[in-house]
Amino acid sequence: MQIVEIDRLSYAYSGNLVLSNISFTIDEGDILGIIGPNGAGKTTLFSCMLGLRDDYTGTIKILGEDIKKKNSQVFKSIGYIPQRKTVDQNFPATVEEIVSLGISVMGKASKEKIDLALEAVGLLAQKDRRVGELSGGQQQRVLIAKAMVNDPKLLILDEPATGIDLEMQNKFYSLLKMLNQENKITIIWASHDLDAVNRLATSVACINRSMFFHGKAYEFFENPDLLKAYSESSMQAHMHLHNHIHGG
Amino acid sequence: MQRALIAGISVAITSSVIGLFLVLRRNSLFGDALSHAAFGGIAIGLATNIYPLWTGLTLSILGALGITKLRQSAKIPSDATVAILLSSGLALGILLISISGGFTLDLFSFLFGSIMLVSVEDTLAILAMTGTILSIIILLYRQLMYITFDEEQARVSGLPISKLNYLFIILASVSVIVSMRLVGILLVSSLLVIPSVTALLFNKGFKKTALISVSISVFSVVTGIAISYTANLAPAGTIVLVSTTVFLTILAARHYSKKKKIVKKLEEARS
Repeated sequence: MQIVEIDRLSYAYSGNLVLSNISFTIDEGDILGIIGPNGAGKTTLFSCMLGLRDDYTGTIKILGEDIKKKNSQVFKSIGYIPQRKTVDQNFPATVEEIVSLGISVMGKASKEKIDLALEAVGLLAQKDRRVGELSGGQQQRVLIAKAMVNDPKLLILDEPATGIDLEMQNKFYSLLKMLNQENKITIIWASHDLDAVNRLATSVACINRSMFFHGKAYEFFENPDLLKAYSESSMQAHMHLHNHIHGG
Repeated sequence: MQRALIAGISVAITSSVIGLFLVLRRNSLFGDALSHAAFGGIAIGLATNIYPLWTGLTLSILGALGITKLRQSAKIPSDATVAILLSSGLALGILLISISGGFTLDLFSFLFGSIMLVSVEDTLAILAMTGTILSIIILLYRQLMYITFDEEQARVSGLPISKLNYLFIILASVSVIVSMRLVGILLVSSLLVIPSVTALLFNKGFKKTALISVSISVFSVVTGIAISYTANLAPAGTIVLVSTTVFLTILAARHYSKKKKIVKKLEEARS
């Protein structure tokens, strides 16, 4: 069954084409690694998929429903972890309270559901601690627990391991693998970490405003020409960004 | 005195809860903006012989909704929109007062509060309004907390963000109007902000912080009314000064406690 179907998605902002003619599908149970340099449009792609932007062309279907129809049942089936930003250290909320936010709007904040989600991410013992007191890696796991508590079918993560130490990153990726294999959750995950994507992902999509590659992970990582072309395109994108920032 | 305490306690409870959300949204001065917009509305009421609280409430809500819409569509910074609403409301009020012949006793009671003069009908109206605000907040506190914590994630989860934000603004406006009877237009924002900021010093979770904020607010109001009654002082100023004293005391205690912990850790490290 196809969980996500994206057909000829294009998006422009202030006259700049950010995404051009992106098309791909994701099957149930897949782990799709989305890779691309900074400015490639990964976050914009997620914004369109999550219904945060409506002014794109093309179609995005999740669980068979067009996202523009704003079907709340579809959104309840999606768990989303944004790019890692430090949780406000002073926000007065315990781990349990943050995870309870993930319970769907009309659902009761069931202690059982919350405890199960916290156990899955290894934070049950921390549930009464303030979120601001936790390490970066632990805070990301809290956000995963929050995303998990509604039993999502699809988990979307936008560079979730940025700024986390290596040991925590490995624990984090093991957790994603476990969620995929045991809970049968489809995962879409944007990352700069090619090594992690190679180890974890079943399929890969490379974007740099347009679709560079989409297919099985081994087809990408075992093809030196593709890897070289990806590195060159990343370098070009980096130089373009550098010139844009420094007026070169 | 009894009516003053009942009305004061119910206002203290709702303003501290609303104030906690305002402080966490980095909108501490929004209460000031709402009260100054209400001032413009009250001046309209006094000039036209329409019940001033209704005109005050109407202008406060309309002004706040308009400014929120402007902020979203024209991408104007939040603090600038607060300044626009605050100064426009105040200017309208001053203009109408100058036309109608200057300050009156009625206007003074709105500016500086008049809790000791609250009638039975006023008390019942305050109880009804604060009861409604509190019920809605308790019903929707998780959704409001989600929006306050991370509006983008709340939007992704399917929450109707715009509707909830507009509802919150209306609740805040009503809270400001009822708070005006207690501390007046000029000191409303202190009743909203000080108990919440003090509660945040305790570093607890959300529910406990809200309870602490309510406790501090009720304590300040009851103590302030009691002192002002005994010593024949202005209730509004006394309440706010009690609240400020509590804040400074907790701040000092926290600072002292932190220092003590550091010294203890250093001694343990040396030994």
